Amino acid sequence: MAFDSLSDRLQQALRKVTGRGSLTETDIETMMREVRLSLLEADVNYKVVKDFTNEVKAKALGERVLKSITPGQQVVKIVFEELKQVMGDEAEGLRFKAQGTTIFMLVGLNGHGKTTHAGKLALYCRRKYNKNPLLVAADVYRPAAIDQLVTIGKQLGIPTFEMGTSYKPEEIVKKALDYAKENKHDLVIIDTAGRFHVNEELMEELKRLKEIAQPDEILLTVDAMTGQDAVNVSQSFHDQLNVTGVILTKLDGDTRGGAALSIRRVTGVPIKFMGLGEKLDQLEIFHPERMASRILGMGDVLPLLEKAQDAINEEEAELMAKKFKNATFDYNDFLKQIKQIRKLGSLKGLLSLIPGLGSQLKNIEIDENQFNYIVAIINSMTEEERRNPDIINSSRKQRIARGSGRDISEVNRLTKQFEEMRQMMRKMMNMSPKDMERMMNNMNRPGANPASSVSYSKGKGKNKGRRAPWF
Amino acid sequence: MGLFNSIKSIFSKNKNQLTNEEQLIVEKAEKYKKGMEKTRSSMMSKLKALFESYDKINDELFDELEEIFIMADIGVNTVLELMDQIKSDVRIRNVSSMKEFQSIIIDKIFSIYVKDEIVDTNLNLNDNGLTVILFVGVNGVGKTTSIGKIAYKLKNEGKKVMLAAGDTFRAGAIDQLKIWAERVGCPCITKEPGSDPASVMYEAIQEAKKQNIDVLLCDTAGRLQTKVNLMKELEKVHRVISREVPNAPHETLLVIDATTGQNGMNQAKAFTEATKVTGIVLTKLDGTAKGGIVLAIRNELGTPIKFVTMGEKITDLEYFDIEQYIYGLFSDMFV
Repeated sequence: MAFDSLSDRLQQALRKVTGRGSLTETDIETMMREVRLSLLEADVNYKVVKDFTNEVKAKALGERVLKSITPGQQVVKIVFEELKQVMGDEAEGLRFKAQGTTIFMLVGLNGHGKTTHAGKLALYCRRKYNKNPLLVAADVYRPAAIDQLVTIGKQLGIPTFEMGTSYKPEEIVKKALDYAKENKHDLVIIDTAGRFHVNEELMEELKRLKEIAQPDEILLTVDAMTGQDAVNVSQSFHDQLNVTGVILTKLDGDTRGGAALSIRRVTGVPIKFMGLGEKLDQLEIFHPERMASRILGMGDVLPLLEKAQDAINEEEAELMAKKFKNATFDYNDFLKQIKQIRKLGSLKGLLSLIPGLGSQLKNIEIDENQFNYIVAIINSMTEEERRNPDIINSSRKQRIARGSGRDISEVNRLTKQFEEMRQMMRKMMNMSPKDMERMMNNMNRPGANPASSVSYSKGKGKNKGRRAPWF
Repeated sequence: MGLFNSIKSIFSKNKNQLTNEEQLIVEKAEKYKKGMEKTRSSMMSKLKALFESYDKINDELFDELEEIFIMADIGVNTVLELMDQIKSDVRIRNVSSMKEFQSIIIDKIFSIYVKDEIVDTNLNLNDNGLTVILFVGVNGVGKTTSIGKIAYKLKNEGKKVMLAAGDTFRAGAIDQLKIWAERVGCPCITKEPGSDPASVMYEAIQEAKKQNIDVLLCDTAGRLQTKVNLMKELEKVHRVISREVPNAPHETLLVIDATTGQNGMNQAKAFTEATKVTGIVLTKLDGTAKGGIVLAIRNELGTPIKFVTMGEKITDLEYFDIEQYIYGLFSDMFV
């Protein structure tokens, strides 16, 4: 997973420059080239990139980048702030009618997630605004599209209005509106068929549906993986229908999602939501800041959390926490934890998802075998030793080393670090909230050891500043 | 001057002077031309405008050409490589005429795709017994629809076809495949929604053997390549298929939507790692997107493109042909 983050690129570009004392305008130009390439790799539209870099350049020249000791970081900061600003500083909410039935209509290309997001939106509005939504199946073209919406409705306990595939969408929408009125639905969400923006016939149909339904929101769903064409698609839908908002879907993957910037910049339509998975509650208000960080390749913690959630069983996690607290954490638990981490995939891939860390790892070789050695050593312990680590003395260590085929020094290191870990856990569990907060703050400082500057209420903390090799 | 001239000579011949083979090429090209009309018209209007406004080959012209390639989603790395080659060719051969310049551009795209290999777009079919083709890809790219179209094509080629509904997750996916099977007129093996997809494949293979089926097309649920568990599930599907039929799956086709940007590369890498992808189906080429990422994938990973789809009708599918693809993009230049 190559996260060619912008700061990484800029550092590379600047390497050629450093040693000359001060930066020139040409150096800024070099940096702008990197900004440009980085944005293009994130799928930001070519023209948008051009304008955007010109603006950033003007800002960079105006600000103190030239004199700054860390010009690379300065530029990253300017780009980041600018990105955030273009994508909308604050999230825009949904528009509801004060009285009567509010109507939303979902439009977009095939396969960009309209049907799924009709369901997600219905659930969201029911939960957040206490609405009584009705889903309307107006996609009569794609095989089984109606079944899909009906199934989603059933899963959510939200009724779906459908008339099969033999009626025209216009007819279906008209009937659905009557039905909503009769059955006191205060929100109607219309799922339309996917279509290309260049398909005139189908675009005319959408215009007629708009005329009939008079929707309060026309939401365009756009796949976050969309490339340069995102601009054509969104512009064309917007020109013909006056789109009121965008839902950016499939952001749970590793796409950098430059389409978000292009769409906002070219159409001015706000991005209102992000779709973050196939489950129907995975819909969130759009976060410009997170999006900016993604576009710049600086990572997004979200996929990491998602991965962890997939792999780690909640009950087990709770059990672990209890063991931490009582300091009954033993080698068996440690083994379990290692297995869970391994389930997440390669260590390098995992670490690269952590914002700010990804780029630094590129040239570091991580010995994935380290895990295997540790597992081998633990496996060579007796059941008694694993449950009761304190009994491991030097003759036992020698036996363990022979059994696992590792050097005695490795066994020593493991037992020592395991002991340190247990101590640290105990301390953390006994910390006051204030100490905890201080530790968290320290964690965010690069290179800081989380536990080293905390005043412990118990123990002496004799192993300050040392880290286990596998972390 | 390779490709450019050979295509040009075919197209400039009188229709009744053509050999059968050439006639086929022309027919196919016309179909491509029609399907890619939208793609081509936007690309061509740009290229034409570009060449009209320049009478000399200079840096500005190169910049604009670069823009056209980037806008086609070919991707920064491949575009830079392409531009380097074009520039060095222009310099070495001291090219000054616009006509010659255009043909260099086309030849370079061609060679980036062909890479001095014979690219076989035909499917690897098992002539003595069952062929299994597995379809994989992210959500919403058109896997199920592509299966319907390929099934129809194979059936028309005289094969006995069967479908396996391995997308047991998405609401309505099984019904969608069933409807396609009805349209094609072929059997479709399904299980309850939520069943283990590998078990669907197992049953479908047993049934296919019983019924002497030639080609079994296996649908799978769309999944983002970052979902570890889902990719593991796909590995299992792949494993079960190869256990039940020797050398199967004979093809694993990754379906990619033409609107996809640079993430297409990540998709190709991850799915290849999990299921040894042997080819690409490029879908939705009837919009304005060019699907250039497949050129980058071919350039970096070597994966060939087998099919393109450009429309919603059951017949809107063609075997991929790089000459036709380039022709579709630049065809006004051949006139």
